[in-house]
Amino acid sequence: MDVLILARWQFAVTTIYHFFFVPLTLGLSIFVAILETAYVRTGKDVYKRMTKFWGKLFLINFAMGVVTGIVQEFQFGMNWSEYSRFVGDIFGAPLAIEALLAFFLESTFLGIWIFGWDRLSKKLHAATMWLVAIGSNLSALWILIANSFMQEPQGYRLVTNAAGEVVRAEMADFWALVFNPHVWVQFPHVITSGIATAGFFVIAISTYHIWKRSKDQDAYQKSLKISSVYAFIGVLLAVLIGHTQMQHMMKVQPMKVAAAEALWDTEDPASLSLFTVGDEEERKDIFAIRVPRLLSILAFNSVDGTVRGINDIQAEYVQKYGPGNYVPPVAISYWSFRIMVGAGVLMVFISLYVIFLVLRDRFDFKPWLIKILLLSLTLPYLANSTGWILAEVGRQPWIVFGLLKTQDAVSPAVAVSAGEVLTSLILFTLVYGILMVVDVYLLKKYAIAGTTYTEDHEE
Amino acid sequence: MELNTLWFILIAVLFTGFFFLEGFDYGVGILLPFIAKDDRSRRMVINTIGTFWDGNEVWLLTAGGAMFAAFPNWYATMFSGFYLALLLMLLALIVRGVAFEFRSKDNNPTWRKTWDWMLFIGSFIPALLWGVALANIIRGVPIDQNMNYVGGFFNLLNPYALTGGLASLFLFLLHGAIFLNLKTEDELREKAKQFAEKLWLPTLIFMLLFVIGGYFATDMFTRLGINPGVIPIFAGLSLISVIFLMKRNLSGWAFIMTGLTIVFSTITIFMGLYPRVLVSSINPAYSLTIDNASSTPYTLKIMSIVALIFVPIVLGYQAWTYWVFRKRVGSTTHLEY
Ligand code: HDD
Ligand code: HEM
Ligand code: HEM
Repeated sequence: MDVLILARWQFAVTTIYHFFFVPLTLGLSIFVAILETAYVRTGKDVYKRMTKFWGKLFLINFAMGVVTGIVQEFQFGMNWSEYSRFVGDIFGAPLAIEALLAFFLESTFLGIWIFGWDRLSKKLHAATMWLVAIGSNLSALWILIANSFMQEPQGYRLVTNAAGEVVRAEMADFWALVFNPHVWVQFPHVITSGIATAGFFVIAISTYHIWKRSKDQDAYQKSLKISSVYAFIGVLLAVLIGHTQMQHMMKVQPMKVAAAEALWDTEDPASLSLFTVGDEEERKDIFAIRVPRLLSILAFNSVDGTVRGINDIQAEYVQKYGPGNYVPPVAISYWSFRIMVGAGVLMVFISLYVIFLVLRDRFDFKPWLIKILLLSLTLPYLANSTGWILAEVGRQPWIVFGLLKTQDAVSPAVAVSAGEVLTSLILFTLVYGILMVVDVYLLKKYAIAGTTYTEDHEE
Repeated sequence: MELNTLWFILIAVLFTGFFFLEGFDYGVGILLPFIAKDDRSRRMVINTIGTFWDGNEVWLLTAGGAMFAAFPNWYATMFSGFYLALLLMLLALIVRGVAFEFRSKDNNPTWRKTWDWMLFIGSFIPALLWGVALANIIRGVPIDQNMNYVGGFFNLLNPYALTGGLASLFLFLLHGAIFLNLKTEDELREKAKQFAEKLWLPTLIFMLLFVIGGYFATDMFTRLGINPGVIPIFAGLSLISVIFLMKRNLSGWAFIMTGLTIVFSTITIFMGLYPRVLVSSINPAYSLTIDNASSTPYTLKIMSIVALIFVPIVLGYQAWTYWVFRKRVGSTTHLEY
């Protein structure tokens, strides 16, 4: 196997893995900070128990986010050295700023939060959790500024060598990089999906304890009330912003949209596919269920409007960028989009239904509902992973859209051999796999132990 | 001053800060299985660094990010070149990071022992590899005319680099033992002192060997002269002073002195490197320098503004953490990890 394929697999594995933990960090840090603020405001002990309980789960999850993040920081250099040289002048800046502004804040104040319960005043202690939450979400902002450059390059200038080949991109305008329109649809979408993820996490675990009639029902009922609203707000916004994001994508990466819709030929008005089995080689449908006009409505908020198909855009890109295949893997894009949207819609209804019950103080859930609420914990995780798969796979063959192809970005064989990449791919997958098992075991153990569990290490 | 030079200095500062801070928590991690035999005292040892280790590690992440932003070619060549070594380091940092959080979460003795050893390995490997890496950077590695490293893995394990690895390993160990002596009470404190006193001589020897090796393996001495100024001398003097301070129980001062040894040694290496960032052993003309590896003046300017604003703020609140947690970890302290 060649370095390119292996490097792509490795990037996919390590980032999806990293992003398995990150959304919960984003949403739960805010959630815990809210609870601790409630404790400071009301002085009620139940809020302290809630803060500690969800805080403990936050920490177990956080540890994994941190260690998988370290790999991210270096693997651009390891596997994608040509990429690093090409965009380093632009791309390195947000990464460095992320570390300086966000990681320091997050890690330092989290240390204080963990150990500071009886060394700081209540208010100051709650403030440290807010700083952690701000740090986490700032880190998302800066990394997404970097990612947005790959999706929709802004504020750059190209440099050519003597032979007229483009050799690197340079930063021309820092503010254009930061205020890239793509950032401002992507960042809110990611933050709100983090909130939704944390919301569903708390819903599922609270439901479990309400079902088991564990001690301290007060804490779980309160958690469920707050989290159902939290989850609903998060997922509703995520869906609405996602819709805007798709409309934005129409303008900047129409090919991604066409692939996400498995739309081979341009249509006006465009129909929306509900289910398509297609033939990627021949670029045609084998079987499809389509709703007329719906895609035009979604894309332009109007019953008409041309949505361009894959064949059309391919022809345009050949003209523009030279011969080549500009079609991303259609089936992956199509299905990941379907899964994300499906999960999102389900989550809206589920959280709404929970709000409807708990605001009337009904906690005597039927077994089927309990089952659904426990199972629905998988939904945000599915949506998060498939969302990124769509974003990144749908951009192919580009690594930086329109500027650099993935195949030209990988570390050259003289520096990194296929064997080396294979070794690291296997080792990361293995170590991550083991740690995933351990982490889930601990999360489960502490989730089940509940709010009244006080650690007794001395046995 | 030219911005390229400023960024060379800033990255040197970030690495120096990183070695100073993470140095002691690597040391503590390596000492853990040997210095503390029962569970309670192991937990005390871990809790001395529990608050700090992640904040310390971010110094490395920031240094990495700064290399990427200011000298993309340095970042690209070094991390693609030192591939397997970096992989090993990353795996070590992964198991180490989770070990802190996971260890205390289960009472099973095998579980705890496993994470103790993960902490050990996760601290041992980087403590050794950092010395190996620095020694290679300054000695020179095969870099071709396209800035690609062409040497493979075993090329990095030459005798000089291994000496460098042992030097950093022992220096961090000593630094860690003195830190423990500062942060614990009673029996642990006494033991940490004994360890520190025993570690001092081997540290001195390996550091000396590293310097002597440098005379043959690098061009440091020809470039800087046999008398390269006061900084390396300070490094040596601070290290020598440690044993006398420890004998008099002035462990606060001893800690500062091992810290200064780390600081001055790192500065010496970066001085020997300047204006190169990665030396080519194939042809000096292929070396990466602060000019051919760097970003544009515009990017450097933006980054300089960001750094000048935020580095002091970070230093401020990190110092505050050390102040808040200045007390020793004793028998009555509530333990989190
Ligand atoms: C709980 C999580 C969640 C939910 C419910 C949704 N998404 Fe999403 N989506 C994400 C979580 C996510 C994500 C993981 O956060 C992504 C990956 C990249 C990004 O910007 O956010 C994403 C990406 C992403 C992209 C690709 C952006 C790009 O290529 O840069 C689009 C077009 C959408 N989403 C659209 C939607 C729509 C129309 C939804 C309506 C149902 C939706 N998302 C629900
Ligand atoms: C954390 C969420 C993310 C996930 C789950 C994710 C997922 C993926 C996947 C699946 C690929 C492989 C695509 C392919 O090769 O077909 C990929 C590629 C890549 N992504 Fe992301 N990504 C994430 C965030 C980011 C961010 C924030 C950046 C940059 C700052 C980034 C940079 C890259 C690069 C450089 C590649 C490699 C080249 C390529 O294959 O296009 N990714 N990512
Ligand atoms: C592919 C590019 C990425 C890189 C280089 C990267 C780098 C890192 C690093 C080094 C850490 C550890 C920080 C510490 O030690 O405290 C980390 C954690 C974190 N990252 Fe990433 N990351 C990437 C993708 C993402 C994305 C896409 C997001 C959010 C949208 C994100 C959000 C976070 C957050 C919130 C944390 C903090 C704690 C946690 O992970 O649970 N990262 N990341």
